[in-house]
Amino acid sequence: MKWVRLKALMRKEVLEIIRDPSSIAIAFVLPVFLLLIFGYGVSLDARRIAIAEVVDHPTQLTASFLAELERSPWFRPRRYLSRAEAEQAIMRGDVDAMLWLRSDFTRLTLSSGAAPIQLAVNGVNANQARIIENYINGTWLLWLQQEATGQGVHLAAPVVADVRVWFNPALRSRDYLIPGLIAIIMTLIGALLTALVVAREWERGTMEGIMVTPVSKVEILLGKLVPYFVMGMGGVTLSTLMAVFLFGVPLRGSLLLLLGTTALFLLTALGMGLVISVLTRNQFVAAMVAIVTTFLPAFILSGFLFDIRSMPPIIRVLTHIVAARYYVTILQSLFLAGDVWPVILPNSLGMAILCTFFLSIALLLFRKRLD
Amino acid sequence: MDAIVVSNLSKTFGKGELRRVALRDISLTLAAGTMTALIGPDGAGKTTLLRLLAGILTADAGQVCVLGHTLPQQALALQSRIGYMPQRFGLYEDLTVEENLELFASLHNMPAATRESRYAELLTMTALGPFRKRQAGQLSGGMKQKLGLACTLIHPPELLLLDEASVGVDPISRRELWSIIHRQVVSEKVTVLLSTAYMDEAERCDHVLLLHEGEILAQGSPAELASRFAGHAFRLRAAAASLRHLQAQLAQLPAVVDAAIQGDGLRIVMQKAEAPVLEGELAALGTPEVIPSRLEDAFVGLLFSRGPRSRAPLSPHAQAADADEVMVEVKDLYRYFGSFAAVKDVSFSVRRGEIFGLLGANGAGKSTTFRMLCGLLPASSGSLCIAKVDLRKATAAGRAKIGYVSQKFSLYGALSVQQNLSFFASAYGLASERRKLRIAWALEELELKRYATMNAGSLPLGYKQRLALACALMHEPSILFLDEPTSGVDPLARREFWARVNSLAESGTTCLVTTHFMEEAEYCDRLVLMSLGEVLAQGTPAEIKERVRRPDLPTPSMEDAFIALIEEHEQSSRRAS
Repeated sequence: MKWVRLKALMRKEVLEIIRDPSSIAIAFVLPVFLLLIFGYGVSLDARRIAIAEVVDHPTQLTASFLAELERSPWFRPRRYLSRAEAEQAIMRGDVDAMLWLRSDFTRLTLSSGAAPIQLAVNGVNANQARIIENYINGTWLLWLQQEATGQGVHLAAPVVADVRVWFNPALRSRDYLIPGLIAIIMTLIGALLTALVVAREWERGTMEGIMVTPVSKVEILLGKLVPYFVMGMGGVTLSTLMAVFLFGVPLRGSLLLLLGTTALFLLTALGMGLVISVLTRNQFVAAMVAIVTTFLPAFILSGFLFDIRSMPPIIRVLTHIVAARYYVTILQSLFLAGDVWPVILPNSLGMAILCTFFLSIALLLFRKRLD
Repeated sequence: MDAIVVSNLSKTFGKGELRRVALRDISLTLAAGTMTALIGPDGAGKTTLLRLLAGILTADAGQVCVLGHTLPQQALALQSRIGYMPQRFGLYEDLTVEENLELFASLHNMPAATRESRYAELLTMTALGPFRKRQAGQLSGGMKQKLGLACTLIHPPELLLLDEASVGVDPISRRELWSIIHRQVVSEKVTVLLSTAYMDEAERCDHVLLLHEGEILAQGSPAELASRFAGHAFRLRAAAASLRHLQAQLAQLPAVVDAAIQGDGLRIVMQKAEAPVLEGELAALGTPEVIPSRLEDAFVGLLFSRGPRSRAPLSPHAQAADADEVMVEVKDLYRYFGSFAAVKDVSFSVRRGEIFGLLGANGAGKSTTFRMLCGLLPASSGSLCIAKVDLRKATAAGRAKIGYVSQKFSLYGALSVQQNLSFFASAYGLASERRKLRIAWALEELELKRYATMNAGSLPLGYKQRLALACALMHEPSILFLDEPTSGVDPLARREFWARVNSLAESGTTCLVTTHFMEEAEYCDRLVLMSLGEVLAQGTPAEIKERVRRPDLPTPSMEDAFIALIEEHEQSSRRAS
C-alpha cells in the first residue's frame, strides 16, 4: 500500500463530494430535513385531546374537577348536555373521548373518595386511547389529593400511585426519537452514499480507468472508506448539535463514548455499502438494494420506532443482524441515561462483529477485474 | 524483442444458453516499438483482447505474456508499465484537467520532481494548457478524449493499449489525437496496440490484425493486406445526381463485394480480380478503370468471403411523390444557453427525399439544432417548419411526422426486440392491425427475426442500430433524423446502414443526418458545415470540396475540406474576439 496513491484517491473523492451537490444533499440536507420533521412534526405524545364532558348534576365539586381538566395541557374539554349528544360527537370524530360524571358524583366523592367517573374512549387509535386513559386517571388522582389537602379532609382514595418517570421525566417522545434518528441518518450516509458512489464509478467508466493503474484493491476500498467516514462523523456532529441545542435533548453520557460508538457503527454501515457496491454496478439497483437491506431495517427493526420486545420471535432474532439495533440502544442510553456500561458493552460487541463481517466480505468480494 | 506474446488464448462469457465465445484459440506476437491496429466487425472480440492484455480480465485457457509479465499472476506489476484507454474513458468530470492528471500521476506513484514537467509536456501536446483549471465535464468531446489520452500517457507507459480512442470525435480532434499517438511511437519508442473502426487509422499502422468472431482472420502490414486485393478495385465515373441510385444497383450485382460513392464517381470492389460486367443503365457509364486497392477493400473482401452480409435495401413504403416540396425549413434560427449562443443565425431548407447532412466539430451546435428540429428544445428566435407545420406553434403535430434515431439509440435494454418494436408502435399510436403489419415489416426488412426474442441491451452494436432505425420508422415518418447513427459501428455495418437510408430517401423519406465519418458525407445530397454555432458552408459535397481546391491540393477529400474550412473559421473568429 502506497500513501501517495491512497492520498490521491481520497483527495479525488473529497473534490467530487465538494463539487457534486447531490452527495452533499444526501449527507447534510437530508439529515437536517429528517431531524426537523421528526423534531417538530412527528410526536408520539397526546396533547390537547378533545374530550366531551357530560355532567348529570353540576355542583361545586364537579366544577372544581372540570376546572382541573381545563388547566391541564393535555385536554381540550367541551361541554355536552346529554350522553347521547356526546356519543354523537365521538361518532363524528369531534372528540376522542367522553367523560361522564353521574348524579351521585358529589355524594360518593365526599363519602368514600371512590366516586365512579365513566370514561368512554374512541379505541380506533389504540395507542392514543391508552394514553388518554392514563392521563385522565392521573388528573383524577391529582385533583383528589388537592381537594383533600385544600379542605383538610382525609379522602379515602383507593390507591394513590406515586408515578416517577426515569430518564425522560418530561415524557417527551422527541427526546427518545431523535437519538434513534441519528442512527438512521448514519445508515443513510454510510451505506446508501457509499453504495451509490462506487456504482457511479462503474457507470461512468471511471472504475475501468482506475483498475488498469497499479493501485491495489485495499487502496481503492480505503479511498472510499476514509472520506465517507469523515463525512459521516461530520453528519453525526451536526445531528448531535441540533439535538442538544435546537431540540433540547439532554446528552447525559460522555461525548467521547458517543464518538467512539458512532465510529464503530459508521464503519459497519460503510462496510455494508461497500458490499452492495461490489455486487451491483448500477446506481439504481445499488440504491434499491441499499434502501431495502439497510435503511428500511434500520427504520423498522432497530427499535427506533417500534419496540423490539413486542415483535414476533422470528423478527426478534432477525433484528440481531441489523447493526442499527445496537446503535439505537446505545444512543438512547447515552443521550437519556448516561454511560451505562452494561448496555454499551454488549451492544458495541454486536456492532464490532457485524463490522468485521461486512468489511471482510467487501475485501473478499472486491476484485480488480471486470469479470 | 516481443512486447506481447499470446498463445492459444480463449475467453467465453456467460453460461448455458447465454454462453458466448469472445476469443477462440488466439495466438499472436507483437514486436516492441511497433504500432498495431486491431480491426474487425462489432463483437469480433477486440475489446476483450485488449482487456485481457491489460490484466483486467482472466483468460479461460492459453498463455498471455505482456512485457515479460505472465498474466494474470503479475497483473499489478504490468499495470505500472502500461497505459490502457478504455472505449469510454471515464474521466472524473467534477475534477479539473489538472486534478485528473494529478490523480493518475499519483496512482502511478510518479516522483514529485518529474511531475510538473510531464504535465507541461502533455498539456502542450494536447493543447489543453489554457483549460488546465476547467472541470473535465465542461470540455468538448474531442478535448475529453485528449485528456483521457494524456492521463493514460502520464507515467509514461512502455505499452499503450487504446480501445477505439477516436470514436465519436470530429476530424480535427481525431487528427490531433492521432498525432499524439504517433509521436509516442516515433520519439518515445512506445509499443502501441489500438482498436479502430477507421480504416485510414489502421492504414497508418505497421501491422494490422483482422479479428472476426473471436479469431484472427488475417494479419500483416496494411500494404500487404491491401495487395491481396490488388486488381479487385475499380472506379466508374458518373454524374453526381444519379450516384446513389447507381450505387444501389451496383451493390446488387452478385460478384460485387462493395460499391461506394466517392467524389464524382463510384468505387467498386470485386470478389475476384475481374472487371464488373455492367448492363443496362450501368453499361452506359463506360468501362470501369482499375485503381490501386487499399486496406478497406481487404477488410470488406475478407469478411465477405466469410459469408456475405445482407445488402438488401428496404422495400419502399408509399409516399406522396412531390419531389420539390420543402419538408424542412429553418430560418434565422438562434438558441442561447444563458448568454452563450449555441446556434447563431442558421438557415437552410431540405426538400422531400433529400439526404441532408449536418457536419461540424464537437460542440459546433449540430445536436442543438437537431433537438430544436425534433421539437425537443424550443428555439430562442427564428422559424422552424417541419412538413409545413410550424414547430413553434404545434410541436406535437410536428413530431408525428418525424422519426428520430439518437446517438445512444434510446432503446429499452431490458425489453426484447419484439417488445421494443411493439412499444414504439403503440407510442406512435398505431392501431393494432397496422401495428402488427409494421412490426412484421421491421423484423423482415431489417433482418431482426433472428434476434426477435433477445433483449435489446445484449444485441451487437450493429443490430442495436438496426433496431433503433426500425423503431423510428414504425409510424412511417416523412422525415427521419439520424444523430451520429454510425458512431463506433464497423465499416460493413455502416455500408448496410447507408444502403437502407438510401432506399428510404429514394422512396421519398427526407433524411437529416449528423456524422463524424467524412466519407459518409459523400452520401448526402446537400450538407451544411457548422462551426461555433454558425453555418460555414452549404451545398453539395462537390461544391464544398471545390471551396478548398488549391494547386497543391487538386482533389481535396471531404475531410480536407472539413479541416481547412473549420480551422480557417476558428482562427478568424479568434482574431475577431
